[in-house]
Parts: sequence; C-alpha cells; structure tokens
Amino acid sequence: MVEHTGIRVVHRGGSKINFREPVITSDSRFLLCGSGESVKVYSTSTEECVHDLQGHTDLVTGVVLNPSNHLQAYSCSADGTVRLWDFTDGILIKTFIIRYHIFSIHVSEKHVGVLFVVVPMANEKGSELFQLVAVHLPRSGDPEVEVGELSAVLCDVSPNPGAVSFGTGGEYIAAAKGLQLEVFFFKKQKSYRFSLKSGMNKGINNSFTCISCHPKEDCIATGHADGKIRLWRNFNQKKEYTYSTLHWHHNAVNTLRFTPEGTNLLSGGIESVLVQWRYTQENQKDFLPRLGAAITHIAVSPDGSLFCTSHADNKITIILSSVKVSAIIQGLVKDDCVRTDLMIDPRSKALVLNGKPGHLQFYSLHRDKQLYNLDIVQQEYIHEQGVDQFQVVKAAFDTHGDWLATVEERRQKSSELEINLKLWSYDEQTQSFVLNTTVTAPHEDQITAMCFSPSPETTLLVTTSLDGHFKAWLLADHSDTEESASWSCDFVGGYHLLKPGCCCFSADGSLLAFGFQEVVTVWSPTSWELLTTLSQPPGAVRDLCFGRLSCSKYLLGTSTKNQLCCWNLLTCSLEWNTPMDVSLLQADPFSENMAAFCSQSGSTDLFVFKPSEPRPLFSKKALCTGKVERAIFAPRDQMLESSEEYSQWLNRSQLYFLTQHMDLMTFSTKTEEDRLLASSKQLMVDDSVAITPFYLLLGRHKQQQQEKQELLTNPLAERTPLPQGSIAIKELLDTPAHVLPSASFLCSMFVRSLLVSSSSASCQDAMLTWGMLLPG
Amino acid sequence: MASFKPTKIQIYPQLGAKVTQDTLYWKNYKAPVQVKEFGAITNIDFSPLAPHNYAVTASTRIHIYGPFSQEPVKTFTRFKDTAYSGRFRSDGQLLVAGCEDSVVRLFDVSGKVALRMFKGHTKAVHVADFTSDCYHILTCSDDYTCCLWDIPNSTELTKYKEHSDYIRCGATSKLNKDLFVTGSYDHTLKMFDARVQKSVMTMDHNHPVESVLFYPSEGLLVSAGGRYVKVWDLLKRGQPLVSLKNHHKTVTCLCLSGNGQRLLSASLDRHVKVYNTTNYKVVHSFDYTASILSLALAPEDESVVVGMTNGILSIKHRKTSEEKQGPTGQPRRQPVFRVFVKGRNCVPKQDDFLVSKSAKSHLAKYDKQLKRFNVSKALDTALESWKKNRKPEITVAVIKELDRRGTLKNALAGRDEQNLSQLVNFLIGNVVDPRFAPVLVTATEMILDIYKAVVGQSSVVDRQLVRLQELVEREIDYQQDLLEVLGMLDTLFASTLPRKEVPCPGNSQPNGLAEVDPGPQLRVA
Repeated sequence: MVEHTGIRVVHRGGSKINFREPVITSDSRFLLCGSGESVKVYSTSTEECVHDLQGHTDLVTGVVLNPSNHLQAYSCSADGTVRLWDFTDGILIKTFIIRYHIFSIHVSEKHVGVLFVVVPMANEKGSELFQLVAVHLPRSGDPEVEVGELSAVLCDVSPNPGAVSFGTGGEYIAAAKGLQLEVFFFKKQKSYRFSLKSGMNKGINNSFTCISCHPKEDCIATGHADGKIRLWRNFNQKKEYTYSTLHWHHNAVNTLRFTPEGTNLLSGGIESVLVQWRYTQENQKDFLPRLGAAITHIAVSPDGSLFCTSHADNKITIILSSVKVSAIIQGLVKDDCVRTDLMIDPRSKALVLNGKPGHLQFYSLHRDKQLYNLDIVQQEYIHEQGVDQFQVVKAAFDTHGDWLATVEERRQKSSELEINLKLWSYDEQTQSFVLNTTVTAPHEDQITAMCFSPSPETTLLVTTSLDGHFKAWLLADHSDTEESASWSCDFVGGYHLLKPGCCCFSADGSLLAFGFQEVVTVWSPTSWELLTTLSQPPGAVRDLCFGRLSCSKYLLGTSTKNQLCCWNLLTCSLEWNTPMDVSLLQADPFSENMAAFCSQSGSTDLFVFKPSEPRPLFSKKALCTGKVERAIFAPRDQMLESSEEYSQWLNRSQLYFLTQHMDLMTFSTKTEEDRLLASSKQLMVDDSVAITPFYLLLGRHKQQQQEKQELLTNPLAERTPLPQGSIAIKELLDTPAHVLPSASFLCSMFVRSLLVSSSSASCQDAMLTWGMLLPG
Repeated sequence: MASFKPTKIQIYPQLGAKVTQDTLYWKNYKAPVQVKEFGAITNIDFSPLAPHNYAVTASTRIHIYGPFSQEPVKTFTRFKDTAYSGRFRSDGQLLVAGCEDSVVRLFDVSGKVALRMFKGHTKAVHVADFTSDCYHILTCSDDYTCCLWDIPNSTELTKYKEHSDYIRCGATSKLNKDLFVTGSYDHTLKMFDARVQKSVMTMDHNHPVESVLFYPSEGLLVSAGGRYVKVWDLLKRGQPLVSLKNHHKTVTCLCLSGNGQRLLSASLDRHVKVYNTTNYKVVHSFDYTASILSLALAPEDESVVVGMTNGILSIKHRKTSEEKQGPTGQPRRQPVFRVFVKGRNCVPKQDDFLVSKSAKSHLAKYDKQLKRFNVSKALDTALESWKKNRKPEITVAVIKELDRRGTLKNALAGRDEQNLSQLVNFLIGNVVDPRFAPVLVTATEMILDIYKAVVGQSSVVDRQLVRLQELVEREIDYQQDLLEVLGMLDTLFASTLPRKEVPCPGNSQPNGLAEVDPGPQLRVA
C-alpha cells in the first residue's frame, strides 16, 4: 500500500478554551485565552473571535498581559517557549526560548523584564516536583532569543497556576502546595512557611487549592479542598500570623480572585455559583447562581469593570461588575467521553454530539463555534459530586432533519436503570426542536443502537437493546381526536433471545439489518418478515453498514474477532472478507466510499475503500495513537475539484474523527489549504471591531473619509465637494432608517465629515445648522 | 445564567375512551326523563309535523306524548289485545296500528275511534305502515303474509305469501310509492314492488330479522337480526356491504340520526351504539337499565327516546346552548375584569417606544422550596397537594426528584407521628399503582429503614404499617396469578401459531463457513 503525502491530518477547531485562566485586556475590549496550540483573542462585547495567534507548537499553558505595555501579551507553552504578541494586530513580536516544559507564567509590575515561570525541577516530562523560576529577558532585537539566565525563586510549588500569586503589587509572592503556604519577600529575600494541621484523620481534606493576594493590603486568601476560604494576615513573621475562615462552598474552592481595588473577593467551585465576598465585611455576599458548570478560573479586568469565569464545560462567561452575565463564549463541549455518536444535523449541517450534561450541542464546523444547546433532560442540574445525573447516550436524526430521537439514561447505584426515549420535532417557527413524545422505559435494558428509516414515506424509528429485543416506533396520527401526532411502538422483534448490538437501514429503507451477536439478520421493515440470516461465526458483529449508490447490493460487517466481511445481498453469500481489527466503520452518505478505522498495536490506521473494489482508495498508517471510536463524514459546502485519485474521496465530504484524547481531527488536501489561504488574505480587514452589517456599512464610509483626509492634507488637493453631493450623505439619506445605527452615532461622523470642508465659510454655516438640528 | 428548571410532572396516558367530536355530541344530553308504561314498549314513532309528538306503543294502548310533556297528550285504547307498530302518516294526520287480534286499525290523530278496520290477516300483525303516496297501507303478519290495503275503501289490494316464517319488520320507501321491504324470522329480507306480484329481491340475513331501515337515499338498506347489523347495497342487487357485530345480544331496533351521518342500533344487551356511516366504526355508546325494544330520535336529534322491556320509556333531551356552560356560580363583580385587563389591550401608537417586559415565570411552591434545597418542606408541600386534590402525580414527581438529588432520605427522616402517618397513608393509596410503583417502592423501603427503630411506639403508625403489609402481600399474590395466566396464554398462542420456515436462499449455498458450521436453525421465534 502506498502512503499518500498530499493529505494531512489537521486539528480543526474544538480545542479547550478553559484550560488556563483567560485574560481581559486593560481597555476591557478583548479577552485572551489559550486554546490548544494557539491563543485566541475574543471581543468581550460580541463574543466573536477576532484573532487566532498561532505559533506555538504545543499546548499553550498560560497567557498574561505585558506589565510594561498594555497592548502586548506573553504566552507560555509546553513547547518550552514564551512568546510576546501584539494582540490588537495579531503579530508575533518575540520568541523567548527557555527549553523547559513550562506549566504556568506569572508577571508583576514591580519586576519589569522578569517573567516568573513554573518548570519541572529536573528537566523530564514525568517529573513530579516543580519550581518557580525567574526569567530575566535579554534585551535583544532578534525575533528569537535564547534565554540562559534562570534563577530559582521557590522550590516545590504546585503546577496549578492558581496556586501562585503576587501580593501588593509584587512585594512578595505566595505559593501553596498540599498543606503548606510559602510566602517569599523579594526585598528581604526571605521566605516564610506556614502549614495547616492535616484534617485527614477527621475525614476532612483541608489542603490548599488556590490562592489570591490582596492588591493593596497584606492579606492572602486561600481556598481549600473542603470548601473553606482562609484569609491570612500578619504573615511577615514566623510566629504571630493569624487567619480567619469563611465557609460557603460545600465542595473544593476551585479559584479565588481579588478585584483590582481589593474591595471584593470572588470565589467559585463545582457549585457553579460565583460568590462575591465584601472585603472586611465578609458576611455580606453576592451570588450569581446557575452558571451552567463548575467554575475553574476567575479573571478580572485591570480596571475592575468586567469579570470572567471559565467553566468546566469549555465556556467563558463574561460578567459585569454589577454581577450580571453580559456574554458567553462557548467552545466545543467535550466530556471525558462522547456517549452519542457524532452526527450531522441535516438542516444546519452542524456537528451534533452530547455537550453539557443532559444537553445536545450543535457545533458549526465551518465557523468553529457552538450554535446552540438543546436541553434534552429538562431537569435542574444539581452541581454536586456523587449524584447520578441523566446522560444523553444516543441520538439520531431522520433524513430531512424533521425528527430527532434521543435516549437518556441514569444508572443508580442500588436500583434499576432509568431510560427515557424522546422524540423531537423540528419547529419551523422557532427554528429549533420541540419535544413531541416521551417514552419512559422503552426497553428493559440499555439501548445499543437507534436509527431512523431513510425512506421518505414512513417515519419509522428502530431501537435495539440489550434485553434481546428490537422495537420499531411509528408516528401515529390521531386526526380524529384532539391530540396531535405522537409516536408509539409498532413492532417488537427478536432472534433466539440473542442480544442485538447494531442496526442499519439500507439506503432506500427497504431492508433492515440487525447484528445479533454472531448472526446478521436482514428484515423487511414493511412486513416485519425475517428475510435472511448471514453469519460469520468467530466473534460478535460490532458494526453493520449497507453500501450506497452503485454498491447498494453489499452489506458490510465487522466483528470483534478481527474480521471485515462483505456480503452480496443478491446471492446472500459472502463476497470477500479480510482479517482486520476494525474499530469503526463509517459510510459516506454522498458516495460509495467507506472508511474503516483499524486499531493496530496502539495506533489507528485508516482505509477508505469501495465495497465493490478490492483495492483501497486511500490508506494512512498510524493516524493517531489510541483507538478511534467516533467519526463522521460531514458534507462540504463547496465541492472540491481535486483530480488526483487519492484525494477524490474528499471532494464531496470531509471526514472528521475524535481521537482517544478527544481531539477533533480532519483531513485536509493541498487544494483545500490553498483555498483557505486565499480566503484568509481577503479577510484582512480592520479586525478591532467584529464584522457586523453596521460595520460593513459604516466602515466603507470611514475608509472613504480617510482617503479624503489624505487628499486634504495635501495642500494641492482640490476643494472637496459640498456635503450634499458626497456619497456618504447620499447613502445616508437613501438607506431606510431602520437599518441605520442610532442618530447619536451617525451625528458625530456626519459632523466630522463636515469639518473636513470647513475651509469655506458657507459650509461652516451649514455645519452649525446641522449640528443644532441633530442633537449629539 | 439559566433559570431554575421546574420539576417535571410526568403526564400519564389517560385510560379509557378518547374524547372525540362524536362523544361530545352524543354526551350533550340532559339526564333522562323516565315514564312507566303498562307493558313492554314495542314501537316509538315521531310525528313528522312541527311539535313532533311521538306515539309510544305499549301493551294494549298507544300513547301520544308531546315533545316536553311527561304525561300523554292523547291515548288510543280501542284495542282488544296487544297493539303493535303505531305509526304516523307523512302528513301527521293519521295513525295506523297492528294488533295481536290480526285487525289493523286506522285512527285520526285527533279522534278516538278507529276510522277504518282492515281485516284479512289470520294472525297478529306486527307491522303496519303507510306508503309514500299516503293512500295505501302495508301490513305484515305472523301468518307469513304481507298485504297492501287501500285506505279509502279499506280493501285488500295485493297479498304476498313468500315468507316462510313470521314477518316482524317492514319498511316502505319514501321515494317510490310501490316499493317496500319486509324482514322475516325465516332469515330473509324481501323487497317487493306493488306493480308485480312477486318479490323483486331477496337477501339472506342468516338470522331472524328484527328490524329494517332504508337510508335516506334508499340506495342502501340496513337490517338487524340476531347479534348482527348488516348493510346491503340495493343498487347492486342486494349485495352485502358490511356486517357489524358490536352487540352481544339480539339487536332489536335501528334508526338514523337527523343528518343521516350516524346509524343507531339498540339491543337486548341494554346498549345503544352509534356508528359512523362512512367507516361503520362505533363512535359512541349509551347504556340503559333494561333490554331495549324500541328506539327513536326526534328530528335534528333533539331527543333520544328509548322503550324497554320493563315498560320504562326513557327520554333524553338535548342541552340547549346556555345549559351547556353549566352553572356559572356567583355573578362576578363588575370592576374585577377591568382591573385585570388594565393596560393589556392598549395598542401602541405610532411613535411610542415599546419597552418589553419579560414574562415572569411562576414556580410552584414545592419548586421554590426545591430551589432553596428545603427538601423536607418540599415533600410536605407535595403531600398537601395530594391531600387537597387527590392527584398523586405531583407528589410522585417530587419524590422522584428528591431521589434523583440523592436527598430523599433526608426529606423522609425526622418526622413526627402525624407527619409520618400522613406519608404512610399516601403510600398505602398509591404504592401498588403500576405507574408509581418504581418510585414509591424505593421510598417505602427508605421509610421502613429509617423508622425501624421506633416501630411499636405509636398505635396509629403501627396499624398503617400492618395495612401496608397486607396490601403488598395481596399485590404479590395478584401478580403471581397474572403470571400464571400469562404462561397459560403463551402456551395457547405457541400451539395455535403455525411454524414458518424462513426462506433463505443463502442457506443452500456456502455462506462463508457454512460448510463447516451448519448455522442455527432459522425460525421466527
């Protein structure tokens, strides 16, 4: 087999934005956060991603603003570099090479030209001990600078960036680890250690989790795993330190942050409630409850007007200082596992998978943005450890996207399994799915597979379960009564009490195949007759897939004992089989192609083939490490015109897959990359504002005016035309009023456009009258 | 920040019949008025004239009732023996009746004495009716014959001797003066044309025919006999169209609703069934206290009159539109409505700036307590709602929600005698309900675990616990019986179903490893 070099495996969106604390810029307009291997710049008002700062080659582990220039930011990464960015223009200014795996970065205004980074003690990946070192940045004009000078400040610190904090503008640094708090005073070059008595024998885990120092006074707030917050004072000596305790959280305090003036202390934890404590009046608290998921980080803008919280579900919430949510930046929610399959919503072409607990998320692959969340469980989520929650485990769309079926289940420790099957219909008016039918306990055991019939005449859903039955659900019409149409069970079938593991409809919906352990049964969904059985004994059937278009006479199946079989349905005989450990078989809905992911010695290989041809169209060895369990062919919005044989299978659709480490990957070809490059050049507009219709309308005027101004500065320039004749005025008057921005906004622009022509006296009069007419 | 999601109260499927348009229509009658007659009521006929009086034939009398009176407005008593089949002429002036003594009498509705007596039959005459031209009378008798009589000179015109048993029903065509149909105990229906001397059509009902009825178009004929109601297509030479078997005793009477869209059949099994005439499905059914012999509907279905074997005449009148709304209770004070709609129906003017106010969502009391994590109080509130309106769904939903949160034990614990007995009372009422059992069984187990230590301290709770135990034991016995029945049925079904071989072309050919392994026997389980 030939390896094809023209196709690369690339990351495509969906990376974590909640890995490290986000940073709000000093003018509160942008929010910076590390996202996978890049740093993303979001607008705090429109939630749009303005820049994607790319350059790091490994996970970004921290972002901080440059204390000496508020338009620059440092980012550190696991690749051993610290990079300095101009985030307003998205330019990489400098790269400092440190050659250590960096875990976090800290800066302070008092220490100009010095960065504090946390690196492992011994330069090994598996090291358990970490130290805080000061990095003195060399003054050099080169874009890439090697940093030699590292001086250790604190030994044995936690790699968690929340456990290190600068106090009173950089006079001291405090770090917590385990049951010990260490404070290092830069002036005295002396450190004090304070330790707590272990509460383990009382069943309390009171170790430190996070730390924040008061910006003005000598006070350190520490969060603990038992939910307590301690305020430490008088710690510049060994003996007579004091602390007071605040307790509201019932689980570990994940993060703590003082506001810049030190008037408030913010804390958050798994309860997903943002708690605002008044400094010195700690019994007065403000709460912002039900933020959706556990709070992992809190950041405050330098002027204190905005807070933002990152959450465990890959979300950043921007909160006004009046404790009101103003914006939400949501990334692709990836739990530790994706229970539902990856699916494509036929209407919006969005990727659908389970997101927040009890929700399905619709994620646009092209825009790398979450479109919306559909609440499946419709229950209040209890943020508490050890509570069994309902989880969405299966979902399926019908061919037109009119119906969505979901299965949620909850397994309690002692009692039985709770399963609900829900059918959702698409509502044109609200443009979302509306619950139509809830079936409680549709099966007696877990549902293993679910699919809709692709035939246009019937709306039929088939579910298979470990209780040994499969059920067919039909949309029953109750036109004679007042009730609307609802779903009901039409047929219950089984085969020798074997457990069905998978099911698949043929492309036209005339055949239905079930895998009952080692036996494949083929049924007719119209008469519910068992047409034939096929079996290939060693190993249970894992996956079944009908061929499409010209290959519709083939049925492919994979078994647990390393077999990939292809049956011819016309002769009901085995066409071919190969020994392969196929972990996932996926059919392209737009062509005859099939993709088979095979796991082999810890890594995954991909084969793309047609069932009728013995030779694979494309193969790639060692795609990624670990098993690939989820993959999907997503339709392209624009067809590629690649003529090379090996990349033709990517012309109509794109193959996305999730690796074991929950990275969303895809394949990209040369032609596609060229196209992307071309489109990114076109989009080089002034990105300081998000592109809105208003912007497009006004931005053009602005540009024209700038050109005009340039003409004016030239002393030889001709006299500008009268305001009545200018294009801006004409368009302003011609455009319907309801699409124009508010008058107060237009007025200043308009007046400025008049100022340009102020050389003539007549225009000055006009300006005065207009200025009086339009109140600014 | 999302808002609090209220507890989901599960909607359980409602058992029993679904509410359809027909149910609403046929339920819309007042409570029946009952009148006691002297004997079994064999026939009821409505006058086609405006006040729509109706003639009720019972024993040796024919009573004529007004539409709203419960006393007869007129009585015909000049019968020597049991009277049968008192029917009005289409102008409402004359009334004809058969009699056990074989004489057919013709009355003037306003008079008392018979105008004409038709003598010629040798046995009881059970059917007498006017033809559509109003000048002739059809009679059918137990002497196996049917006759046509001329009214003016009371002579017999034609006699047909084709049936071989009693003739107990007959109907004349409303569109043709010469056509009529008779139904006999010899299981046949015969159609006669007065212009020929023979029957023109014969249909076999297979049971003694008790009643026949023409459709308004007269293209279809309905007959009742035995437990069957059959519909015949006259335009296709009496081809049977449908056979309905919805009664479990003999069907005695048929009639059509005012618009001809619904067919009603009455039977000795004390039911009246209403059929849709397009698909012949039963859309409604009335129950009565005794076997029904006769049934009639007033024009426009204004009233349903039913005569029974025990001589009780039951009259149901349709509710008028104001009665439909039911008692309004106390009259509302005037300004209240104005206060409620104040500002709601205000239409914004052209340059008004609209400030929209988001609708405030109201949480139920137990939801408010759940939001504050007051679990015990939430359970108390839910129990109160059960006490108030006896709807266990809410209480069960709250218990389920508490169980999901893992705090059910906390909510159940720490109750005093009164509180606990209330809780156990709820369990006694609902624990064996299959809809609630999965939730309530866990709650019951928890209660028993928690209050195990205090058993014997309160006589009230102890008595309730004993009751609960008895209830559960009875339920277990019941379930066991049901399982036994299920096992028996399974055996029956398995022995009656034919075993079918699955056609499998692949089985004969080598199917992968088919030569090595013959594969499992392929049968539909």
